[in-house]
Amino acid sequence: MIDPLFLLEAVVNGVLLGGVLALLSLGLNLIFGVIDIVWIAYVDLVMLCMYAVYFMYTVYHWNIWVAGVTSVMAGVALGVLVHLLIISPILSSPPINQLLATGGLLFFIQSFATLLWGTDHRSVRVNLPVLEVGGIFISFPRLIAFALSILAMLGLYLFLTRTFVGTAIRAVSQDRDATALMGANPLRLYLVTSAVGGAMAGIAGALLVIQYAVHPYFGGAFGPLTFMICVLGGLGSMFGAFVAAFIMSQVISVGGVLISTEMGYVVAFVIFIVLMFVRPGGIFAKRT
Amino acid sequence: MLELNRITSGYGAFTALWDVTVRVEAGEAVAVVGPNGAGKTTLMRVISGLLPVRSGRLVFEGRDLTGEKAYDVVAHGIAHVPEGRRIFPALTVGDNLKMGAFLPAARKHYRESLERVYTLFPVLAERPTQRAGSLSGGEQQMLAVGRALMSRPKLILLDEPSMGLAPVMVLRLFDLIRRVREEGYTILVVEQNVRQVLKIVDRAYLLEVGRIRMEGRASELAEQDFVRKAYVGA
Repeated sequence: MIDPLFLLEAVVNGVLLGGVLALLSLGLNLIFGVIDIVWIAYVDLVMLCMYAVYFMYTVYHWNIWVAGVTSVMAGVALGVLVHLLIISPILSSPPINQLLATGGLLFFIQSFATLLWGTDHRSVRVNLPVLEVGGIFISFPRLIAFALSILAMLGLYLFLTRTFVGTAIRAVSQDRDATALMGANPLRLYLVTSAVGGAMAGIAGALLVIQYAVHPYFGGAFGPLTFMICVLGGLGSMFGAFVAAFIMSQVISVGGVLISTEMGYVVAFVIFIVLMFVRPGGIFAKRT
Repeated sequence: MLELNRITSGYGAFTALWDVTVRVEAGEAVAVVGPNGAGKTTLMRVISGLLPVRSGRLVFEGRDLTGEKAYDVVAHGIAHVPEGRRIFPALTVGDNLKMGAFLPAARKHYRESLERVYTLFPVLAERPTQRAGSLSGGEQQMLAVGRALMSRPKLILLDEPSMGLAPVMVLRLFDLIRRVREEGYTILVVEQNVRQVLKIVDRAYLLEVGRIRMEGRASELAEQDFVRKAYVGA
């Protein structure tokens, strides 16, 4: 019999993990929902941002917040670069070519990172305490990561719903010509979307690197998970991705405690496969 | 105000408009009528910049707009209400109207424009948070016109506004278009509902297989045997 406190701790950890996963999924889903291209290499951009924080903070001893902001700026720059260099020329290509192009980018980034920094696992050590609340141990970095993820998502939500540009981004995902008739340049909106998606990757990178070690194949762990969450929530559905992230993180965390860490992932993927048979469009399939 | 001078345009190898010359004076309401596939929608798309001009000139208020993109054309004061309404179905009524005021110049007068649109179309004022896709056809058309007004245009292009509407709604819509006109907007409208549209415009052009066949005052055109038999059905 498992100690109920242990289980509760797993649930809390699941919620905390869910925050960062949701942030990652929203970034990827935003880009897909608007531009209709899946950035297979999205989490590999996150990995590059993690390295940025690692070098800024651990190697060059900058302030951790400065390193974090740099990570966000790196994310924006990467988002813009990927859009201009890779996505923009293939906007009207067949989907398979688009997948191959962003998939190729994944291998390029992974190999390039290996070449530059080797395969060592590097961690950022931030001296933060572990909190104990009623017998449950909560890691402080995780708590901060969760809180900042929620804040970032709130910011994204306000941007998309309250501002003219945000509204235009939602509009262009529905009707490109009609958006142009409103005086908004669709191609520029795509660029802004990529920059915002990149910023999300930068924030996620800064929040992940204080919890996990970074290495060139970091995207291999979180990439499929992020993609799976997006599909589960319904590709393009922001709300769906948000909820699916918390479902998946709960399964991984609680399943990990009940069985074993590896089995947590196995269970999560099994649930995913089963759900794909039951609801192929995702739990919250985007209405068309 | 608007001058299309020998415009030729089309899609790929297909030419949809041949040497089309159309003029609209400020304050006028002008209709372009003609059968299906005559190139009426193409004409609208050319004016608003969605479709490039192959040859000819497009001049608006003395400015040459030939070759300008759709998102630049609207800034000069031309608002296009496209065929099939093309509202943003997943956005709310309010957000659709907000999109209409996307241009910086229109943003400044956002509140004021919104009030005007809501006075003109009270149905929209009652449901600003409803998803636009769940509105009825007539309400969607009103939203599309309201969205166009939000950009504070001088000229409004209406493409088949009565398409797919119930007969009662069609009458109400033409009444609303008349009111929009009275507000001082210049209107260029494309319609298949020839009998109704000739009642609310000053002049009309007859477009057939991509060429202007006839033009004249609406009242005269409605009287002509040819138009009557072919399109008015009287």
